[in-house]
Amino acid sequence: MKINNVILRTVTKLVFFIILTLAVYLFFAGHNSPGGGFSGGLVLASALVLLFIVFDIETIQKGLPIDFKLVAAFGALLSVGTGFGALVFGENFLTQAFDYFNIPFFGKTELTTVTIFEGGVALVVVGVVVTILLSISEDE
Amino acid sequence: MSTIVLAIFIPFFAAAIIPFLYKYVKNIHVGWFAILVPTALFLYLASLIPTISSGDVIVQTMNWIPSYGINLTAYLDGLSLTLALLISGVGALVILYSIYYLSSREALGSFYTYLMLFMGAMLGVVMADNMLVLYVFWELTSISSFLLIAFWYQRKRSREGAKKSLIITVSGGISMLVGFIMVGSMANTWSIREVIADVGTINEHVLFIPAMLLVLLGAFTKSAQFPFHIWLPDAMEAPTPVSAYLHSATMVKAGIYLVARFTPVFGGEAVWFWAVTGVGIFTLFWGSFNAVRQTDLKALLAYSTISQLGMIMSMFGMGSAALYLGYSTESVIYTGSTFAALFHLVNHSTFKGALFMIVGIVDHSVGTRDIRRLGGLITLMPVTFTVATIGSMSMAGLPPFNGFLSKEMFFISTLDISEASFFGLGSWGILIPVIAWVASVFTFVYSTVFVVKTFLGPYKEEKLEHPAHEPKPGMLVSPIILGLLVIAFFFVPNMVGKHLITPAMGGIFPTFAAEGADLGQHIHAWHGFTPELVMTIGVILFGVLLFLTRKYWAGVYSLFPEKRSINTFYGFMLNQIEEKSTLITNKYMTRYLRDYMVYIFTFFILGIGGTFIFTGAYKFTLPENASISNFEWLIVLAMMAAGITVLFAKSRLTAIVLNSILGFGIAILFVLFRAPDLALTQMIIEAVTTVLFLVAYYFLPELDKEDTRKKTKNINLFISIGVGVVFTAVALGVQGNRAFETISSFYENSYELAGGNNMVNAILGDFRAFDTMLEVIVLLIAGIGVYTFIRVRTKKESDQIEDK
Repeated sequence: MKINNVILRTVTKLVFFIILTLAVYLFFAGHNSPGGGFSGGLVLASALVLLFIVFDIETIQKGLPIDFKLVAAFGALLSVGTGFGALVFGENFLTQAFDYFNIPFFGKTELTTVTIFEGGVALVVVGVVVTILLSISEDE
Repeated sequence: MSTIVLAIFIPFFAAAIIPFLYKYVKNIHVGWFAILVPTALFLYLASLIPTISSGDVIVQTMNWIPSYGINLTAYLDGLSLTLALLISGVGALVILYSIYYLSSREALGSFYTYLMLFMGAMLGVVMADNMLVLYVFWELTSISSFLLIAFWYQRKRSREGAKKSLIITVSGGISMLVGFIMVGSMANTWSIREVIADVGTINEHVLFIPAMLLVLLGAFTKSAQFPFHIWLPDAMEAPTPVSAYLHSATMVKAGIYLVARFTPVFGGEAVWFWAVTGVGIFTLFWGSFNAVRQTDLKALLAYSTISQLGMIMSMFGMGSAALYLGYSTESVIYTGSTFAALFHLVNHSTFKGALFMIVGIVDHSVGTRDIRRLGGLITLMPVTFTVATIGSMSMAGLPPFNGFLSKEMFFISTLDISEASFFGLGSWGILIPVIAWVASVFTFVYSTVFVVKTFLGPYKEEKLEHPAHEPKPGMLVSPIILGLLVIAFFFVPNMVGKHLITPAMGGIFPTFAAEGADLGQHIHAWHGFTPELVMTIGVILFGVLLFLTRKYWAGVYSLFPEKRSINTFYGFMLNQIEEKSTLITNKYMTRYLRDYMVYIFTFFILGIGGTFIFTGAYKFTLPENASISNFEWLIVLAMMAAGITVLFAKSRLTAIVLNSILGFGIAILFVLFRAPDLALTQMIIEAVTTVLFLVAYYFLPELDKEDTRKKTKNINLFISIGVGVVFTAVALGVQGNRAFETISSFYENSYELAGGNNMVNAILGDFRAFDTMLEVIVLLIAGIGVYTFIRVRTKKESDQIEDK
């Protein structure tokens, strides 16, 4: 049975970017309001999952030739790496640093190493969720 | 900046970069990049020699887990520097050699990555002052050794040798860890220096002797001492550069290093003296005795390494007698033994490294290492022959090579100790020089076998795979350098003695150094017709005699058949463990998920419920709880209804949807109780898991009606009610009990401390980032696990690369 899902496909093409924006927003909002690396990563992953469901896996993999296992591994490396980064500056393992900078256009902005750490978390979440889903669904 | 701490990590960085260099830089052999690391480290460490030889030590600390006193403290004294120079120096030579040894078809990226991992770990072992950090590096050397032995993992013998070495050295490592924890709890510090400083307060402790024995177990397994030596011959399946580097020059010296490092802690005890000396001297004999019967050149060298390690070990044992006696002019004589041990440690690395490389060259050139097929290579491979002779004669203890000097010093030590009267040496002491001498005769015999069988006699080309020829000049550079060092150390031994070994002695005998004793020795090649010279002459005479008559006494070896060897016992033990544990595992692993659920929930009831009753936590203070609004009742009732309906669902899809009601209900409750972060996360997770369920259910059969027996059903009912009761009781009990101070006040000013207003994320990413980091890694492992379970299985069937 062939299902006609033109509407779903059209809506997805648009909604995908809205979800992506939400993911990025949640990621950065996490510092001061609800959100953060884990939820941002999950939203990003669910956006990808939506793509995989609506279009078939081959099409998406052609357009997005990313090995999600590597994404997850890179994320873990990033998170652990920030821990060791602190050591290089003579601080304790995983000490996070933050400060406020005046950046043109953005004004006074807080920059912090937690963002890198959380970025790693988000990448692991995206990578693992997509990897698990793809491996299960591609099993013959 | 802590340059020395960084020096430990440089090989690790290199290990991370090498795979990329291997992949993207095609026209340069990746070994040329790898060789830069040990060369640079060697030059840097060598530049520290003047500082160290003037008696200073360098201590640098990098905080790791300061709240538990676990820090990366690099402690560089004479002992560490000697070992570190060996690691980097021999490392550079071995890499140079391996560039010509390994063909470019091999997985060179992995090879050099493992080698760099090993180098970093080994530098960590010899420089770490913190016992737990030392342990971590210690096990890393075991793991990298495992990877290197199994480098040709297609061969069954490589895999088994790797497994054997890992099992033996890691079991020893774990017992060493227990010993460290005992020492740490006795001395209240993890720092070896601090333990040494207050050894006087801990040596009466009841755990002192157990801790010592456990640490020794670690040292003995790593340094292949009898009866743990069985892994070393099997480790010879590794590529020859690895054998030369790990299994003769550096890694097996880690156990010896540990004994030396802990001599000031445990050295004053009779148990230590007898354990280290006894095991060492017996290993010396057993290794040399067995080396003679080997027909594989590498196996011969493996047993010879075992024997030489035993010799060094026994010298450290004999030297510890000085600590027992305390500082006096008579006791200083025993420190000479430790001096000789350190000197021989360096010498052994030079000549054994060279010999291993020679075996590699022979193997590479003619395609076999079997002495029954070799012979007559002297005219075809004259350079190789020369280096082999230098190495072997040094090993046998002949002048003018460095082995002669340390062997003579060894004889002096055994004679000195045999005249002592403490530790019950009066009656047994005489055995030590006798065994040492007999073992040296065998050492002479196998050294002769090595040279004569390979290079002299008839040349049998029909038995060889390739005709003999000298290897590429590049391959000869490293053994020649080591061979020259063997000779150089004979003529200027005091350069090593004064600048490296004397400062090392100060670290091993700190109480003596504090008294101002002169622990250094002036090494002489010639000191008249002394007893030790007579012993050497005797070794040569009897050695030649035994070599010539070995046909007639070889029958002795049939007294030790393979059937009754330790190897067989080890295999038997391993088989038994495997069989019995399979038996037990099969009893409860039924492959039914519902059985596993029963285990988990029964444990939950017993564990949590038991704790609950045991601690008397059933103090419910319901009146203090907030009142429940109608809206909350409504959500909870809906969730209950959904929960019960799941049981009666006819299709899987219905079950999933009902399950989601539970999840979203919880999310709404989170909103009501003002936890937006949790609500957000819960909702996204619900969405993703639903998709996951759908994908997984696609592969499952239709939901069947359960046909379980009445009895099972009743048990299940009982368990599920039990879980519910325990859960509810715990939820209610939590409010009424405060076993600890609340820690929430710590997080209150997250904005000042972590710069973020979202306290939840400040906790996740900053205050308790360690938890988050580990969780992330667990998630990654789970993801890779799912992937491999599903994807790799199908691949393996078609692509069988492992032989049997």
